[in-house]
Amino acid sequence: MQTNKSASGSLLKISDFNIDFWVDGVWYPAVIDMNMELAPGKVTAIVGESGAGKSTVALGLMSLLAANARMSGSVMVKDQEMLNAKPLLLRKFRGKEVAYIFQEPMTALNPLFTIGYQIVETLRNHFDMGPKEAHARALELITMVDIPDPQISIEKYPHQLSGGQRQRAMIAQALACDPGLLVADEPTTALDVTVQAEILDLMRGLKDKLNSAILLITHDMGVVADMADEIIVMKDGLTVESGTADQIFNRPRHPYTRELLAAVPKLGASKKRVLAYKESSKPAPVLKLENVTIEYPKRGRVPAFVAVKNFSLEIFPGEIVGLVGESGSGKTTVGRASIGLIPIKEGSLEIVGKDISQASQKELFGIRRHTGIVFQDPASSLNPRLPIGESIGEPIFLAKLAKGPELARMVEELLDQVELPRSYRNRYPHELSGGQRQRVGIARALALTPDLLIADEPTSALDVSVQARFLDLLQELQGKLNFACLFISHDLAVVDILAHRIAVMQDGLLVESGERDQILKSPKNDYTRRLISAVPVPDPAEQRIRREARLALKK
Amino acid sequence: MKLFGRDKDTSGEILSGGESAIANKEVEGLSQGQIVRRRFFRHRGAVIALFVLTTLIVFVISALDTKIGAVRIPGWWKWTVEDIPELRYEDCPGGTTGCPTLSLNPSGAFGLGKHPFGQDDIGRDYFALVMNGARRSLMIMFVIGAVSGFIGVVVGSIAGFYGKRVDAVLMRLVDFIQTVPGIIIAAVIGKAAGRVGPLFLALFLGLLGWTGLARLVRAQFLSLREMEFVDAARVAGASNVRITFKHILPNAIGQIIVIITLIMAGAILTETALSYLGFGVVAPDVSLGLLISQYESAFTTRPFLFWWPGFFIITIALCVNFIGDGLRDAFDPRQRRRITKKDRLRAKVDVKAGP
Repeated sequence: MQTNKSASGSLLKISDFNIDFWVDGVWYPAVIDMNMELAPGKVTAIVGESGAGKSTVALGLMSLLAANARMSGSVMVKDQEMLNAKPLLLRKFRGKEVAYIFQEPMTALNPLFTIGYQIVETLRNHFDMGPKEAHARALELITMVDIPDPQISIEKYPHQLSGGQRQRAMIAQALACDPGLLVADEPTTALDVTVQAEILDLMRGLKDKLNSAILLITHDMGVVADMADEIIVMKDGLTVESGTADQIFNRPRHPYTRELLAAVPKLGASKKRVLAYKESSKPAPVLKLENVTIEYPKRGRVPAFVAVKNFSLEIFPGEIVGLVGESGSGKTTVGRASIGLIPIKEGSLEIVGKDISQASQKELFGIRRHTGIVFQDPASSLNPRLPIGESIGEPIFLAKLAKGPELARMVEELLDQVELPRSYRNRYPHELSGGQRQRVGIARALALTPDLLIADEPTSALDVSVQARFLDLLQELQGKLNFACLFISHDLAVVDILAHRIAVMQDGLLVESGERDQILKSPKNDYTRRLISAVPVPDPAEQRIRREARLALKK
Repeated sequence: MKLFGRDKDTSGEILSGGESAIANKEVEGLSQGQIVRRRFFRHRGAVIALFVLTTLIVFVISALDTKIGAVRIPGWWKWTVEDIPELRYEDCPGGTTGCPTLSLNPSGAFGLGKHPFGQDDIGRDYFALVMNGARRSLMIMFVIGAVSGFIGVVVGSIAGFYGKRVDAVLMRLVDFIQTVPGIIIAAVIGKAAGRVGPLFLALFLGLLGWTGLARLVRAQFLSLREMEFVDAARVAGASNVRITFKHILPNAIGQIIVIITLIMAGAILTETALSYLGFGVVAPDVSLGLLISQYESAFTTRPFLFWWPGFFIITIALCVNFIGDGLRDAFDPRQRRRITKKDRLRAKVDVKAGP
């Protein structure tokens, strides 16, 4: 095996690194005067919000940027200049010295080849290796990253693996040539918390084994606290602050770092919330699901799939119920069924006292006037061809409550409510940022002053600071308008901030439900316990304790 | 600077939180239509084609008399198709007759002359004939575009929106029409169309030409109907008709326009081919394809009878194709402009943002 040391002792040295993008005749800076140095065996994290230039740095290292980028400064990998290097040299270094792990393993792996083939290809590109030898090495790598049944899995195609296994396969490919530097660009963002915890464990273990350096790029401060030795905070292309994990988390100097840390929701840190009603004299529930089973019908050769089984839940006026679970657990299905977008197969579903399990289209229109929904993806939930004023006003217009100037006035009031300028009425969705679009989503959902609001992962596409503002706004509006809310999320820390009560789902079943503190502090169910312990906390010292506790729990 | 403050931003500027500022720069303050227009006008070929085609249409239509009901708008050209002026015998090369008088030789007799495009066998002014033929061909092109555009959009939308059985039935219909050899059916009908007129021929070709568009619209609907804004509209209480026309169709309109332009470019060639074969427009009506077929034997002796209609066919088809190409580029958000070396040098360096 080779050594990961160069003459100067650093693996990667970046100095005065600048990247600009050409847009319409002007160079816009994406990374400005960046300096950093990576030593073997250390994890350096670059944190910052979207648009800060984190990923641009990662791609810029190996000249992987689009043609409209311009770079200057110096990037030394093992004392070799990478900037403006010859393509042959770059190719030799890519994969061998510097390997990448991307966010979406489904798109980063080629769907036409087996994972084994893709690892073998990497190996044979860089080493003089026979096919048998390479295959043996690939098997070794797949075993190393803990993919179950390596002998069988090596012949599998990416779509045959689960998200976590795919990410493991990509790590195996990245590690194929024992790279000195592993660049991990949001490696766990697309994964569930429990899987994320496992992948981070894996990366930590491999780093110690191979003594490579990891450049970790993420927006998740919990992941940073879990992994990083050194941290670089970026904003708008500038390095705002850099230092050790301890320094950044416990003694941040720059106001931006402080605000960034303050915006991160922390599990178990929010105040006690009082239920909006007394346990003894419960009002009539706004939403009542009783033994609901939801099935996606058979399509062609694909058999019918039961997404939700025997699910019961009640939501009372004025309370927020958090529905948590991992991807595929059926949370979103419950949310959509609650508003009549998906029919239910068995059981009964009542909204504001009306049963909608057998409702006709016409009856559904009537019931929907009492409900609103905020969707997950602000980019696709607004019609790109409609000005946002029209999107917000549509429910009012269709309910025939108002039109013309009266409608315009109501739309303006709604915009005021979600703290957007009235002039935004005539803008198109693409002219707004993600956070602003999600506010428009709330304004539309609240247009008919609903009794029930379904919020389906409304913050999962937002940056932490934008998320913090969004959650504040939602809480404020809920206090003012007193609607009941079903808040669907995979992020326990967010649910912790908002919810009065929490329901936990796994594989379509309701695993546990109860008041927030009871679920978060003394969970009864094993799955809930595992889920809570897998959430990384943005505090390195505390996270270390939690990590050890979780590993103990696993054994 | 307050970063995460809750104060309202009234300046109307895009907040830095959210997407990258660079991506926003490209679309700042522009409506979708403006962006498309701007991209289209960047495509030099398409803009030139649009200019040439518009000029050509105005030129062709204003040249001859136009009859709308009883009203007769006179054209600026001195001859009509019915006029049979005296056939010129003098100063034609090789003893031919009726050669063009158009002369572009600046030192000699520069000018149009009496018959700039020449005369046909019996002395009819060829310029008037070509103008009349171009009119017919353009009319046929637009009718085919409109008819197949309409049917394609309606069938595609219904199939894509309702899916399941409706989709299956409609798509099998599309399959069926696509397997029918269009040119043969058109030839059979074209034989009959000679008695009914070119409008009927155009309508019929339109009835055959919509299948590709329907497939494309269906595919667009299938993907757009899964978007969350459609669910949002449904929750807001929108009916199926409203969802189709207000929410889905406007999002597919870019692709539709592109395909319709390309159908039109193909249509003019189909008409030409049919007329050339003798099944399209028949005498005494005139179309560009028919002119070529009629004077095909004169190619060696009087090539101008062949060149002029050919020139118009090529110009029209090329222009429409270029416009379609420009529209496709303009509607496709993934299309990025290539950066030339000149651009790189000319670009201003933006001031570095403060911390």
